[in-house]
Amino acid sequence: MSQEATIVLIEDESEIRRFLRTTLPGHGFRIYEATTGQGGLIEVKTRNPDLILLDLGLPDLDGIDVIRQVREWTPTPIIVLSAREQEQQKVSALDLGADDYVTKPFGINELLARIRTALRHAARPDGADAESYFAFGKVRVELGRRQVFVDDEELHLTQIEYKLLTTLVRHAGKVVTHRQLLKEVWGPLHVEESHYLRVYMRQLRNKLESNPAHPKFLVTELGVGYRLRTE
Amino acid sequence: MAEIRPNPDALLKRVQAEEARQLQGKLKIFFGANPGVGKTYAMLEAAHEQRRDGVDIVIGVVETHGRTETEALLPGLEILPRRKVEYRGTVQNEFDLDAGLARRPTVILIDELAHTNAPGLRHTKRWQDVQELLKAGITVFTTVNVQHLESLNDVVTQITGVRVRETVPDSMIERADDVELIDLPPDDLLQRLKDGKVYVPEQIQHAIQHFFTKGNLIALRELALRRTAERVDQQMEVYRRDHAVVRTWPAAETIMVCVNMKPRGPRLIRAARQMATNLHAKLIAVYVQVPRHLRLPQADRDRLVQTLRLAEQLGAETVTLTGERVAQELLNYARSRNATKLIVGKPVRSLWKEWLFGSVVSELVHESGDIDIYVITGEAGEGQPLIRRSLRRTSTRRKYLYALVGIALATAVAWAMYPYFSPANLIMMYLMAVIVIAIRLGRGPSVLASIVSVATFDFFFVPPYLSFAVSDIQYVLTFAIMLIVALVISNLAVRIREQAEVARDRERRTAVLYAMSRDLATHRGTAMLAQVAAKHLREVFDGQVALFLADAEKRVRLQRGEQLFFDLDPKESGVAQWVFDHNERAGSGTDTLPGASALYLPLVGSTGPIGVVAVRPKDTGLLLDPEQLHLLESLINQVALAIERTRLSDEAQQAHVRVETERMRNAILSSVSHDLRTPLATITGAASSLLDERSPLKASDRLELSQSIYREANRLDRLLKNLLDMMRIEAGAVHLNKEWHPLDEIVGAALSRLEERLKNVAVRTTFPPDLPMVQIDGVLMEQVVINLMENAAKYAPAGTVIEVSASAGNKEAVVEVADRGQGIPVGEEVRIFDKFYRAKPAREGGVGLGLTICRGIIEAHGGRIWAENRTGGGAVFRFAIPLSEEQPPIAAEHTGNHHASS
Repeated sequence: MSQEATIVLIEDESEIRRFLRTTLPGHGFRIYEATTGQGGLIEVKTRNPDLILLDLGLPDLDGIDVIRQVREWTPTPIIVLSAREQEQQKVSALDLGADDYVTKPFGINELLARIRTALRHAARPDGADAESYFAFGKVRVELGRRQVFVDDEELHLTQIEYKLLTTLVRHAGKVVTHRQLLKEVWGPLHVEESHYLRVYMRQLRNKLESNPAHPKFLVTELGVGYRLRTE
Repeated sequence: MAEIRPNPDALLKRVQAEEARQLQGKLKIFFGANPGVGKTYAMLEAAHEQRRDGVDIVIGVVETHGRTETEALLPGLEILPRRKVEYRGTVQNEFDLDAGLARRPTVILIDELAHTNAPGLRHTKRWQDVQELLKAGITVFTTVNVQHLESLNDVVTQITGVRVRETVPDSMIERADDVELIDLPPDDLLQRLKDGKVYVPEQIQHAIQHFFTKGNLIALRELALRRTAERVDQQMEVYRRDHAVVRTWPAAETIMVCVNMKPRGPRLIRAARQMATNLHAKLIAVYVQVPRHLRLPQADRDRLVQTLRLAEQLGAETVTLTGERVAQELLNYARSRNATKLIVGKPVRSLWKEWLFGSVVSELVHESGDIDIYVITGEAGEGQPLIRRSLRRTSTRRKYLYALVGIALATAVAWAMYPYFSPANLIMMYLMAVIVIAIRLGRGPSVLASIVSVATFDFFFVPPYLSFAVSDIQYVLTFAIMLIVALVISNLAVRIREQAEVARDRERRTAVLYAMSRDLATHRGTAMLAQVAAKHLREVFDGQVALFLADAEKRVRLQRGEQLFFDLDPKESGVAQWVFDHNERAGSGTDTLPGASALYLPLVGSTGPIGVVAVRPKDTGLLLDPEQLHLLESLINQVALAIERTRLSDEAQQAHVRVETERMRNAILSSVSHDLRTPLATITGAASSLLDERSPLKASDRLELSQSIYREANRLDRLLKNLLDMMRIEAGAVHLNKEWHPLDEIVGAALSRLEERLKNVAVRTTFPPDLPMVQIDGVLMEQVVINLMENAAKYAPAGTVIEVSASAGNKEAVVEVADRGQGIPVGEEVRIFDKFYRAKPAREGGVGLGLTICRGIIEAHGGRIWAENRTGGGAVFRFAIPLSEEQPPIAAEHTGNHHASS
């Protein structure tokens, strides 16, 4: 990037801030820090960053509230730093507007991957200039013609399977919650029927993955949702 | 003269007694020589004074008997309502002890300490009520006349000619903190009598002239004054002793008084008490039981019991000895207790009988050595002397008949021998017959036999034949000797038999004790012991037995069981508790609550009462027999000790378990601490190395150290996760968020997560295409698979494959993780799932909780998990999840299996 992307980091743990402060600039990011929710909101309003890194366990505000407030006036991507086994929190954060998450403790590579994905999606919002095709592994999806090829052979997908796949493609690299998937594929009336999702995901995996039991791309994030892995 | 220090033991005892006394209430006695001197009046005056000082003082019971002066003092003081008891058609107003205890005043007034309570009340005597009040810490004011003192009872009777039956034991007087003598000169008293100001108790109404003579009054007054003076003297004594003032008296001596069944026993005891008090000596009352005494009538034995009780009341120690010869036993015991004086009663038998049968007194006198023998007179003409009783008929009529038959037989034999033997030998025949009769048939028949044999011998074998005349004087001697022999032998025979009976009795007692103690020793558990105890007690005391045991709040509870069948009268439910609280026996046959249907005894362990035993024998007379009571107490002691033993053993076991648990916990903590420290050590070490500026590192070294840190940090992360999961499972905080999941998805997710760890390991997955979905908590199940995979990866050698597969049956779905590692040690297939189990040799990482967590999660789903060794090496872990009956409904798609056209 010719210009540094700015990130606002809202995290109260000083050691984590130090680690990120030391590493991220090396990858071309400028970091602004805040230690509280309120402070974070102020930083976001004043700096207008490209991405927000938000810790859920803040002393003054619930991270969820920060997301809610930010989402009132900007679609800036938010990546949530959550503690382990807080699936419910993660899901709520994602459903309310966060784009992705990393679980503490996390490695820098994982975080960078998420940041990059988030920024990429932000630069290319849904609907506008969608690419005509998408490829991963042996799979090629022709979005315009609504065709899917595996090893250059056309594959038959049901309506729902196709919808599911394209939704994941649209969010490629990012995690999509069960709720989001259900809403987009089956409609808002079916947001509770996660078993539908699982059955169809299995079918997709069986059709698209070389080893469905050990998927490389259609990855399950248990308790949260699914992710189409791109890197 | 050497300084005489106060005896430290005695001092200590007194200090302890003092301390105990502090907790008790104080007793103030208003003491008088006669009724009418104004004791109640003085008491009420004192009460008003106390009240003016603000003391919480209450009238428990005050008898004014209509005297206006006394009545005038009543208003202003709180009066406790009396307890109305119906007795013989009249209603008595008795003192309500429970009300007094409940009210708990600082001071309470109780008039007439010697009063006997109406039946139905807890205690028979009012002074016992006062004792309970004192124990509860309440101070008591009371009134007593000099003739009510137990030890002076005889003297007063002698003086006045009227015996007062209501007495107070001297121990109460001695216990009093304050004795105030209310004195009135005899003339003044007589004047008051004339003026009608004196209440005369019923008993002396009829002898009023006799009682209230001036001589009597003076004598009684003197008695009262002397008694009070003695008390002051005693106090002075104590003071001097405490302060080690040089004394002239030697160390306290011991006096023994010999008690038997004679009626004059009580008098003897009282006299002994006086002497002991005067000499500041310790008093022991001894009863020697000789075999003869077992045959005596119940009335005599009751009398003995009363005498012994009296001795106890008067503060003497009572001892029962058994033996052959009274004098010998007495002297031996006296010597063993270092008694210096022995008191006996004067013999009542006439001289010739004494000469014939021996006298205890004379034997004592002769054998006593350096012990002084005091012979005290008894009252004349009291009932039959004992010896006549002991000559009572001991055999039945039939035995006499047999005796005659025996003599007839002897005669027949003698007749047959007559031609060949001299008369001297024939006599032997008769002698033998008499001896046999004496041994087999007893005293009476043998005496008869000797007389008859003499007569028969005379008749048939002594010239002149067939007549009772005696021609040769020698035969008189023969007859006399035969008679004597018969009597002696029969006596011996009887004695032997009695001894045998005593021995049998003793043996029976011992057998009972032994049987019970053996039974108790072989059983455990309080309930069991209670049963055993009840069984044995019922054998001895044919009747009902109950056992109450105290719980943690010191309340006794009735134990139930098949041997412990007992009709507990609800009115008696308080008796057991009372017995436990006061550590004294109560119930039938005692002075406390004698109306109860059973005898209640405290069950005393080594640290105090642990419960109560109630005995209700069919024959209530059994309870009065001192031997039976003695046996009962011995039995109960055993029971108490056994129960205590079992309780202590339980406690010891619990303590042991606690210690073991503590030890194991410590071991685990240290093990876990080590496992957590090790990765930390590596991280700290590596990091500090990287930070160290002084020793430069090559880039490859830096890389290695950094990798180390990364690896170990991950390991630490896993360890902590395991520990936390384990803690959560243990705390029961596993909340299953069940949803429908395909098992292959779970495995897939786990494999993704473990990608880093499994990059050098080959994993092969096998899943049937139609594997049904299961209702599980996805996140937790993923953890199970992760743990199993990590385990397999740890032990699988490089180049081998880990195989993961799943299958579904009718009822359950089974997932399998198999490796080609070192396998599971034979016999440990179940233990590996235990907490902190680690294979030997243990590979790095892991505290040994992984499999335990798997088990916890699987079992929470209602499934099961197990492990086996594989043929060809390695281990396979399987877990099964129950399948639901139906799969979840999936709405069918309406559109066909093709894309929409563009």
